[in-house]
Amino acid sequence: MNATMTGVHEERAFGFWLYLMSDAIIFALLFATYLVMRNNLAGGPGGGELFDLSNAFVETMLLLVSSLTFGFAALSADARRRGAVLMWLGVTFVLGVAFVMLELREFAGMIAEGAGPDRSGFLSAFFTLVGTHGLHVSGGLTFIAVMMGQIVFKGLTPPVTSRLFRLGLFWHFLDIVWIGIFSVVYLPGGL
Amino acid sequence: MLGRLTLDALPFYSWVAMGGALVTVLGGLAIALVITMMGKWRYIWSEWLTSLDHKRIGIMYVMLALVMLLRGFIDALMMRAQQAVALNSDGYLPPDHFDQIFSSHGTIMIFFMAMPFLTGLINIIMPQQIGSRDVAFPFLNSVSLWLTAAGAGLMLVSLVIGKFSTAGWTGYPPYSGAAYSPGVGVDYWIWSIQVSGIGTTLSGINFIVTILKRRAPGMTFMRMPMFTWTVLCSSVLMIFAFPALTVVVSMLALDRIFGMHFFTNADGGNMMNYVNLIWIWGHPEVYILILPAFGIFSEVVATFSAKRLFGYPSLVYATAVIALLSFTVWLHHFFTMGASANVNAFFGVATMVIAVPTGVKVFDWLMTMYRGRITFHPSMKWTLGFMVTFVIGGMTGVLLALPPADYLMHNSTFLVAHFHNMLIPGALFGYFAAYMYWFPKAFGFTLDARWGTRAFWFWVVGFYIAFMPLYALGFMGMSRRMEHYNIAEWQPFLVTAAVGAVLVLIGIVCLGMQLYVSIRDRDANRDTTGDPWNGRTLEWLAASPPPPYNFAVVPEVRSLDAFHEMKQRGEAYRRPERYEDIEMPKNSGIGVVIGVAAGVFGFAMVWQIGWAAIGAGLVILAALVVRSSQEETETVMPAAEVKRIEDARFAALSASRREEVAA
Amino acid sequence: MNRRAMPERPDGSAVRFFLRAGGAAAVLAAVVVLTGCSLVSAPILDPKGPVALAERNLLFTAVGLMLIVIIPVFVMAGVFAWRYRAGGPGKYAPDWAYSGLIDAAIWLVPAAIVVALGVALWQATHALDPYRQLDPTREALEVEVIAQDWKWLFIYPEQDIASVNELVFPAGKPLSLRITSDTVMNSFFIPALGGQIFAMAGMQTRLNLLADAQGQFMGRNTQYSGDGFADQHFTAIAVSEADFERWVAEAGQAGQGLDMDAYAALATPSIAHPVTYYSDVEEGLFDAVIAKYIQGEGHMAHARSASEGD
Repeated sequence: MNATMTGVHEERAFGFWLYLMSDAIIFALLFATYLVMRNNLAGGPGGGELFDLSNAFVETMLLLVSSLTFGFAALSADARRRGAVLMWLGVTFVLGVAFVMLELREFAGMIAEGAGPDRSGFLSAFFTLVGTHGLHVSGGLTFIAVMMGQIVFKGLTPPVTSRLFRLGLFWHFLDIVWIGIFSVVYLPGGL
Repeated sequence: MLGRLTLDALPFYSWVAMGGALVTVLGGLAIALVITMMGKWRYIWSEWLTSLDHKRIGIMYVMLALVMLLRGFIDALMMRAQQAVALNSDGYLPPDHFDQIFSSHGTIMIFFMAMPFLTGLINIIMPQQIGSRDVAFPFLNSVSLWLTAAGAGLMLVSLVIGKFSTAGWTGYPPYSGAAYSPGVGVDYWIWSIQVSGIGTTLSGINFIVTILKRRAPGMTFMRMPMFTWTVLCSSVLMIFAFPALTVVVSMLALDRIFGMHFFTNADGGNMMNYVNLIWIWGHPEVYILILPAFGIFSEVVATFSAKRLFGYPSLVYATAVIALLSFTVWLHHFFTMGASANVNAFFGVATMVIAVPTGVKVFDWLMTMYRGRITFHPSMKWTLGFMVTFVIGGMTGVLLALPPADYLMHNSTFLVAHFHNMLIPGALFGYFAAYMYWFPKAFGFTLDARWGTRAFWFWVVGFYIAFMPLYALGFMGMSRRMEHYNIAEWQPFLVTAAVGAVLVLIGIVCLGMQLYVSIRDRDANRDTTGDPWNGRTLEWLAASPPPPYNFAVVPEVRSLDAFHEMKQRGEAYRRPERYEDIEMPKNSGIGVVIGVAAGVFGFAMVWQIGWAAIGAGLVILAALVVRSSQEETETVMPAAEVKRIEDARFAALSASRREEVAA
Repeated sequence: MNRRAMPERPDGSAVRFFLRAGGAAAVLAAVVVLTGCSLVSAPILDPKGPVALAERNLLFTAVGLMLIVIIPVFVMAGVFAWRYRAGGPGKYAPDWAYSGLIDAAIWLVPAAIVVALGVALWQATHALDPYRQLDPTREALEVEVIAQDWKWLFIYPEQDIASVNELVFPAGKPLSLRITSDTVMNSFFIPALGGQIFAMAGMQTRLNLLADAQGQFMGRNTQYSGDGFADQHFTAIAVSEADFERWVAEAGQAGQGLDMDAYAALATPSIAHPVTYYSDVEEGLFDAVIAKYIQGEGHMAHARSASEGD
């Protein structure tokens, strides 16, 4: 990377951090809303009846491991091993897809039980918080797919690795948010 | 196929609404026709719409703002006319239409007049003021612009197809929920501010990175011009506050579309959560609008007093303190919700604390005038008018910060008068001052001072005559948003207020005349020096209008008034020994594509046309993927070309100096 | 230095500016004086009860304190702009930009005023808490208030009557209101007697008022609520004890009771609903209106729980 490229990379990374901060505020407000509304059951089911802790635990593991595999992808990129980067990104992608599938299955099950987001204030807040995270993960998956395409067609050029770095920030950020969801939503509700 | 959209959506319900729709459609067609006849489509597309030059993007923002100012002001005029006549009668507007007008007036003035005006001014000036060649992310800048324009476009479409919200500019539920507002009005409100709000968050990120990473060498934080400081604080507020708007408006949309229960009366909804969230955004928003205006006043008062800005460190700290405190006072917008005395008192005191740094600023500007040499340029007049008027608004604001007094004044026309008393002098006068101050920088010729002065007087006097009666009506117990009333004593005050609105209308006409006269006489008012007001900050170092790259050689900064100091040392117009190639962003139409798709997406969400929403979403995604795959997004201006431009500039400079000597 | 001639002659421009400013100020002053007279009887400036009076007095105190800052701003803006105009008599010191003394003064004086106002605010907010009983030693008249589209229902539980859009109560006797909404958010306000408070579905707020003397006062909803909003006002009438008894008896003769069915009929939207009386109000109607929004929930969602105010 030449000097200007480093400057551009730094600026973009910094801008992306700012974006993550504002995204973090979105999640903070969704968490706060969830906490305010967690007792607004309107006669409907509560977390204790709905949450399957083991499912949430598997989801957590999938995301944690995907963060790890993304880390391997980043290390491989540093080592400029293109094939390994693609392999680890592929593994990350599969883990992410598995996570989203599990989440969708959970949502579908709840809706089938009559515990959809329109059942109570509590469920609206639950579906919105967890669903927003799920949407972010899906966005992240799209981002991974695009990056894999760029690596195949362009190689590990400075713009591509710079973008890969920001994707990493995003992916780890989603992991942190999920740990918040697991501790604030599933643990107290499911225990 | 078309969701809720049927022919019933056309405004056949009232002749006034029909008139509004026709004006909108015909206005759009007329503009399109003129452009076609002049054969300018290609020029507009390739030189403007797709431009990533921060100055051009800024100019487009300001043009959008001025158009929307007109639209928002017509709303205001219609409201004042209605209330002037609607004693014991329905006036000329049915409630359903009057309610749309006050809702669209507030929404437009905040989101589509003040925000774009502000963002445009920042775009034009801030990069030059810090000695930068562009903002950090030129493409993102274009996306922000087109998202804002898409939101404004949705507002205009709501005039023609369907109705706008009747729930006011803050859209309080449960009224704005599906149970009480089943039509598309609230959805128009939701999606127009949602789309533009995302643009604002992106602008905030862009400005922060630009200011923190792209300052000219030597420009430490305490050498940053006051305007740039206020832009920094304002941008920080944008990225921290706008997520709250995104969240709360999304929740309202989820309630409305999917029958969720965030804010419904029953089934576990809690509308108080909405009120909290909207004001967690809404209060900082006021400072997002006002802080940069404070920066503008600081620049103007120093330039036209021909003197250093008094108490610069105090002004910087005061700005930062205001930005910080703006997040601690949101509850004062609803003291009457029944919170305990401790809670209300806490937020009341926090609110009053903001008056201290604000007062400090006013005194700093006054002390800048002290021992200055003041010229009464229109910008200086706006500044003086602001200071005198704004403190009155500040006083009524402190009154409203006292919870027991607020119990009396909340929801009254006193409140309406108060926030107009803050935002018109505090934000709009500042933007007008900036418009007249920096216009030659953007276009290369000065604006006519006489029409500017006329505009100023009509605006100021009109403001007082329009809003002082509203203060009085608040004391008389008149609530805001009344389509008609039955108390005869109110009418003289409302007629007076309508007269004030007419005076402001004349002020707006004067602004139009000023622009017309100035363009007509542009050759007589050319600014060949780049520095028509004997300016103090770096933007005056560049030519007027600046070349695409702003500065051929990035200036070195040694003090706060960097350019003033250069002139004193006689180094301001030194020719560099050699020029370098300069990299600049290539134009890109992808920002326009994203904006149009976002507008279609919003429209599809309003009318619940699923396939169109999904299609528009995919277009946005595809556009982003294409953009991220583009390699050659920069173009290089060769040194020879730079030299040619700069040589022409220096030739013009020395010619104008010879003229001066001869005179 | 490169200095172009200003578009206007600076000197003449300053004179014209001040002439115009003077003219504008004179016009505005005339408008203020002419309209000021009709403000004397404005309900908020001429209150009819101790709550509104105390709230107004706080307003006046605050204005007085703030004039300490505001008058100097007016004076300085005028004097400095005149004295230091280009070509004016003022000394020119282009590099003078700081004075510790002035800096301290402009921070500390406003801060001192805010401290003084803050103390007054803290005391007044507690003293004028709308939930606070005005005089614990005296029995208050209890009235339950329900906001509907677009009218106000007043239930007198002890008298077993109800009225729409008319609130009658004895002057000199504390009035204790429990307030809720059976529709969107409303705000209950009688300007001459005291501040307003929101009415929200599924929740209860409280307001304590007192009228010093007999009289009729305008009351209304101040929170925009839809098509009938402009007509959503009522008359608050303070009468003698004897007249109040008479009014209660009269309303008791109304002949129509207010059971759940009658209530449901009344609650359908109506604009400018005429004053209507009901005798024999279903017991617990007010609580039932609140409860229908919070089925299955342990407690009411509210900034302050309902019990705190009792």
